[in-house]
Amino acid sequence: MEAIESKVGEPVNGETVLVDAARKGDIGAFEELVRRYDRNVFRIAQHITQNREDAEDVVQDAFLKAYQNLGQFQGQSKFYTWLVRIAVNEALMRLRRRRPERMVSIDEDVKTEEDSMPREIADWAPNPEQLYKQAELRDILSKTIQGLPASFRTVFVLRDVEGLSTEETAAALDLSVPAVKSRLLRARLQLRDRLNKYFKRRDGDGRP
Amino acid sequence: MKCSEFLKELTDYLDGEIDERTKAELEEHLQWCHNCYVVCNTTQRTIEIYRDSKLYELPDDLRTRLRSAIITKCQGHKNATTEH
Repeated sequence: MEAIESKVGEPVNGETVLVDAARKGDIGAFEELVRRYDRNVFRIAQHITQNREDAEDVVQDAFLKAYQNLGQFQGQSKFYTWLVRIAVNEALMRLRRRRPERMVSIDEDVKTEEDSMPREIADWAPNPEQLYKQAELRDILSKTIQGLPASFRTVFVLRDVEGLSTEETAAALDLSVPAVKSRLLRARLQLRDRLNKYFKRRDGDGRP
Repeated sequence: MKCSEFLKELTDYLDGEIDERTKAELEEHLQWCHNCYVVCNTTQRTIEIYRDSKLYELPDDLRTRLRSAIITKCQGHKNATTEH
């Protein structure tokens, strides 16, 4: 993983120069911005849409939209936060199209049965991720996060997977800081609860 | 401190976005409340496991294909706006 991916919250060398050049029509400069952030955008898009084809489309549409609207980018936020905002909107739009029967909104403040209070308190095996093969583990994690409401998993992926700060996440999603914190807490607790059945410590060989 | 109060502060505690006094109160609670200790610990692990999972990595061949499609579309947009 390139350093840039884990350091998205920090000032990025030469980024303003790249954005300025791209705004003036330098496609090469824009290509460099794509190279910097395409993996992040793809990951976010697939987390939200839970669909590979949709995620591919979101990457293309988000970057094209960013290019077309560079003139409106004020430079008050980081380019990446601005790009994430575009990508999240595109991803939610695709999700709504695919699941029209369910209202999908980042504003939804879902109350669910399993809200905040943990249902099961069980300690986990010492290295629970090692109980499974890589592909099996990815399948478990993907299945588990899919069960969360879109508004929760979006906050979780931006904050905990992509490493945006609470303030950056709030700016990217147009939410207040307390709303981000509330969703993040519930997302984390619900994921933990759902992972219990795979990772909890058992007698014997430790494998469920 | 009650367990429900502990849970309310859990996110700020895990993120280190908490003042020293509250932090001390939470850690005092953790010393005697095994349930909150387990929840805190496994929530931290949940975050780490997702962060390290490399879930939804963009494969190199798809990456190249997507980038090329994006740049072609941007070039098309640029040409169209320059012509007008």
